[in-house]
Amino acid sequence: MYDVVIVGAGVSGCAIARELARYDCSVCVVEREEDVCCGTSKANSAIVHAGFDADPGSLMAKLNVEGNRLMYEWAKELNFAVLPIGSLVVCVSEADMAGLEMLYKRGVMNGVPDLRIIDRKELLELEPNVSDTAVAALWAPTGGIVDPFGLTVALAENAAANGVEFRFNAPVSDVRRIDGGFEVVAGDERIAARAVVNAAGVYADELHNCFAGLAGAPDAGQDIPTVSAEPLRIVPRKGEYYLLDTTAGQHVRHTVFMLPTSMGKGVLVSPTVHGNLIVGPTAKDVESKEATNTTAQGLAEVVSKCSLTVKDVPLREVITTFAGLRAHQEKHDFVIGEMEGAPGLFDCAAIESPGLTSAPAIGVMVSGMVARRLQLSHKPEGAFDPTRPGVVNLMATSFDEWDQLCRENPQYGNIICRCCRVSEAQIVDAIHRKPQATSLDAIKRRTSATMGRCQGGFCTPKIMEIIERELGVSADQITKRGPGSELVVGTNKDRITQPAASLKGGEEL
Amino acid sequence: MSKVMEHHGVVIVGGGPAGLAAAIAAYEAGQHDVLVLERDVQLGGILNQCIHNGFGLHTFKEELTGPEYAARFIQKAQELDIACRLGTMVLDISPERVVTTVSAADGIRTIAADAVVLAMGCRERPRGALATPGYRPAGVYSAGTAQRLVNIEGQMPGREVVILGSGDIGLIMARRMTLEGAHVVCVAEVMPYSGGLKRNIVQCLDDFGIPLLLSHTVVDVEGKDRVEAVSIAEVDERMRPIPGTEVRYPCDTLMLSVGLLPENELSRAAGVELSPVTRGPIVDQSLQTSIPGVFACGNVLHVHDLVDFVSQEAAEAGAQAAHFSMAKDAQDGAAERGVPVVATDGVRYTVPSFVDPQKMADKLTVRFRVANEYCDRYVSVYYDDERVQHRKKRVMAPGEMEQVVLKREDLLAREGLAQITVKLEEE
Repeated sequence: MYDVVIVGAGVSGCAIARELARYDCSVCVVEREEDVCCGTSKANSAIVHAGFDADPGSLMAKLNVEGNRLMYEWAKELNFAVLPIGSLVVCVSEADMAGLEMLYKRGVMNGVPDLRIIDRKELLELEPNVSDTAVAALWAPTGGIVDPFGLTVALAENAAANGVEFRFNAPVSDVRRIDGGFEVVAGDERIAARAVVNAAGVYADELHNCFAGLAGAPDAGQDIPTVSAEPLRIVPRKGEYYLLDTTAGQHVRHTVFMLPTSMGKGVLVSPTVHGNLIVGPTAKDVESKEATNTTAQGLAEVVSKCSLTVKDVPLREVITTFAGLRAHQEKHDFVIGEMEGAPGLFDCAAIESPGLTSAPAIGVMVSGMVARRLQLSHKPEGAFDPTRPGVVNLMATSFDEWDQLCRENPQYGNIICRCCRVSEAQIVDAIHRKPQATSLDAIKRRTSATMGRCQGGFCTPKIMEIIERELGVSADQITKRGPGSELVVGTNKDRITQPAASLKGGEEL
Repeated sequence: MSKVMEHHGVVIVGGGPAGLAAAIAAYEAGQHDVLVLERDVQLGGILNQCIHNGFGLHTFKEELTGPEYAARFIQKAQELDIACRLGTMVLDISPERVVTTVSAADGIRTIAADAVVLAMGCRERPRGALATPGYRPAGVYSAGTAQRLVNIEGQMPGREVVILGSGDIGLIMARRMTLEGAHVVCVAEVMPYSGGLKRNIVQCLDDFGIPLLLSHTVVDVEGKDRVEAVSIAEVDERMRPIPGTEVRYPCDTLMLSVGLLPENELSRAAGVELSPVTRGPIVDQSLQTSIPGVFACGNVLHVHDLVDFVSQEAAEAGAQAAHFSMAKDAQDGAAERGVPVVATDGVRYTVPSFVDPQKMADKLTVRFRVANEYCDRYVSVYYDDERVQHRKKRVMAPGEMEQVVLKREDLLAREGLAQITVKLEEE
C-alpha cells in the first residue's frame, strides 16, 4: 500500500508529488495520458502571473503571489526556463482608468510587490508596439513567462529521482474504501493508498464526486483545510491561441494584457521562453472535456482582439494554433483541501489560471495537508535532493561550450531539429530520463524538437529512427501522443494482394 | 575548436542539386579549393526521396529519377575530387564570410571562405502556418515528410488520404500513395488553379482518377489521437470558406502541399537582404547577394519548378563565386547594384533583381513566375520606356517558371539605362 496516490500528472500533481517526496512516504502518480503535462498544463498562456487579478482573500490570490515567488526560486534548483520579463495591463480608454486603479489596489492588497501605474509615455518606452489607443498601464515587474512543459517535467523528474513512482496510460475509474485506506482503480490496476489526491484537471469534478460518495459525517475541529462534499462541476473553458515564429518573438518585450472593458476581455500578447510570440486566449465554455480543437470563430477572435493592445502583430508568421481547456468552476476559486467526512481524500480541483503560477505553492500546501493527515515526517537531512539536472539548450550555448559538449558526446554535433537546434544527444537524454519520453510530443515538450517553423517536417522521421533504436520498438509502435496516435500504419504495399487493375499495360483509363 | 582557422576558396552551403552544380561549376571555372557542407549523411538533398522520374529532360535529354539525377552530379564531383563534408550543419555565416559548422565528427569548426554559395534549399509550409481549425492529431503530414517516410523508410503514413494543396510534391505523393496501396480521396486546392506542373496533374491525378477540387480548402480536422476525418469547403473569390458547402471526408491522413519557403535563416542572420516576394536573397546578374562574395542559387534563392533550372542557375552561381574568389581585388569593392529589373503587371518577381551590363555575360537568363493563370498573353521586356521583347505565350501559370534572355550588347548600347521592366501584356 502506498502512502499517497496522486491522480493526475499535470503541473499540480507533479508539484504535489515533488513536495511529498520531502517526506518519508511512498507516493505513486497515476495519469490517464502517456506522459506528464498532457492536459491543461501543456496548453495555456505559459505566464507567471504577478497576482493582481484574483480577489483579495481568495485562495487564488494567496497561492498566486506565493507561487510567483517560489517559481523563480525553484527554477534555479530544478533548472527549468523562466524569465521575469514583467507584465503590463494596458488600458485603452481614459474612461477605464478607474478600473486600472482598482486592479492596482487589488494587487497591493494581494501583496504583489513593486506594482505601478505608468503613463503612455513610459509605456511606450517599455513597449514601443503598444496600440495607439493605449493611455496607461499597470506595470508588474514580478510577472514573467515560464516553460510549462519544462516546469512540469522538472517537477516529475525531481519527484522520480526522490522515489516517486509514475503510472501512465492509467485512467482512474473508481476509488473505493478498503482496510486502512483506499483502492484506486486505474486502468487494469488497483492501487491501494492511505491517502488519495485529486489533481485530475478538467476531470477533477468526477473524482471529487466519487470521493463525495465515500464521505461520512464531517469531523469537527480538524486543523486541515477542508472542501465540501457537495457535488462539484468543472466546466471546460476553451482558450484558443496563435503561436508565431521566433521571427516575431521580439514584437513585444513583456506580457501585454488588456484591461477588461465594457467592450469585453482582450487577449494577451507575450513572448515565450522559446522565443516565439503567443497570442490568445479566447474563453468559451464547451461541453466536452476533450475538445482541444481550434475553431474558425475562436481563431478569428484572437486575430481581431490582439490589435486592441498591440499594433501590427505579425500574424502571418503563425507556425501553429492550439487550444487548451481551463478547469473552470462557477465560484472561480481553487478547491483545495481534505474532503469533509472523508479523511485521507484530498481535492486539488478547479485549478484554472493562475494555476500554473500557483503550482509551486499548491505543491507545498497540499503536501503539507497530506503529511499532517498521515503524520508523515520529513526524510533525514540529505535524503531529499531538491535539485534536478537541467537539459542542454543549444540555442543558449556558446560555440566554445558546444564544442566541448561534442568532445564529450559526439551526438551533440548531430542536429536533428534544425529549426530549434536540437541535437541527437538531447533527444536520447529525454528518452532515457525518468519519467521517460517515448512519444514524439513527449520529446517535443522536453527538447522543443518539432516546435519550430517547420513543425516537425524534417525531423519527425529522424526522431522516429532514434526512438526505434533507443527503445527497441518498431516504427508502427511509435506514437505522436500515446496509444491510438501511431505515426505510421504499416509498410509500403502491405495491403496490395494483387496487381491493381488500373496498372495493366496499355489499358485506357 | 582549432586555433588556426581553416580556409577555402569557395564554400558551398548545401549538397543538394544546387550545391553540387555550383561546386562543379566553381571547380571548372578554375577554383579547385571548393568545400561542400551538407547536413545530411549523403549528398543529393531532397532528390534522394524523389524516386519518380521526370528529372533531367532539359539537362540530359532523358528522364531520370531524382536519385539518378543526383548521382550524375555526385559522380562528377567525386571525379573532380571536390571536398564534401557530410553530417555537417552550418550554424552561422558572418558578413566577412566566416562559416561556423557543427558535426559529430569535428564538433564546432570555423572556416574562412573567399566566396560562399548559399544552396540550402527550401522547406514546406506546415499545417500550422495555415491556421486550419481542428484537432492536431497524428496523421497530418506535409507531403515531403510523407514522401520521406514512404520512399526512404518504406513506412506507410496512412491508408485513406486527403491532400490539401496541389503543389508538385502533393501531386507526386497522390500517385505514390496510390501505388503503395493507399486510397487518395481527393486533392483540395484553395486557389482556382493548381500550384503544380500541368504534367503532374495529368500523370498523378487524372491518370488515377483522383479528383482535384479547385477553390476548396480544409476547414476542420477531426480526431484527437489520429486523423478521423476532414471537412472541406468551397471558398469564395477572397478564399474565405463558403458556409454550407462543407463536405466531411472520413480519412486517416491529411497531407499538405501548400507551398515551399526558401530556408534563409542563415542568410538573414548574416545580414543578406531578402525579397519579400521570393523570401530569397535579392541578387544581381552574378547571383551575388547584398553581401559581396556571398552568392545564392536553387530553391534558397527562389522556389523552382524543375531541377534542371536549379542546376543551370547553380552552375552560374558557382562560376561567379569562383571568379570572385580568384579576383582578390574585387573583394573590397562595394557592391554596385546595376540597373534594377522591375517585375510588374502579372510578373511577381524576377531573378536577378539587378543587372550590371558591364559585368554580365553575353546572355543573361532572367527567371520569373507569373501571378495568375493567363491565356494568350505577351511577355514583354522594356528598356526604360522602349519595348524590346514581345513574345506571345499560349498559357502561363504560377506553378511554372518563365524566363526571358537579355543580351549584353543590347544593354551596353543603351547608355544611361535606368530600368529594365518585365511584364505581361494583353496585346
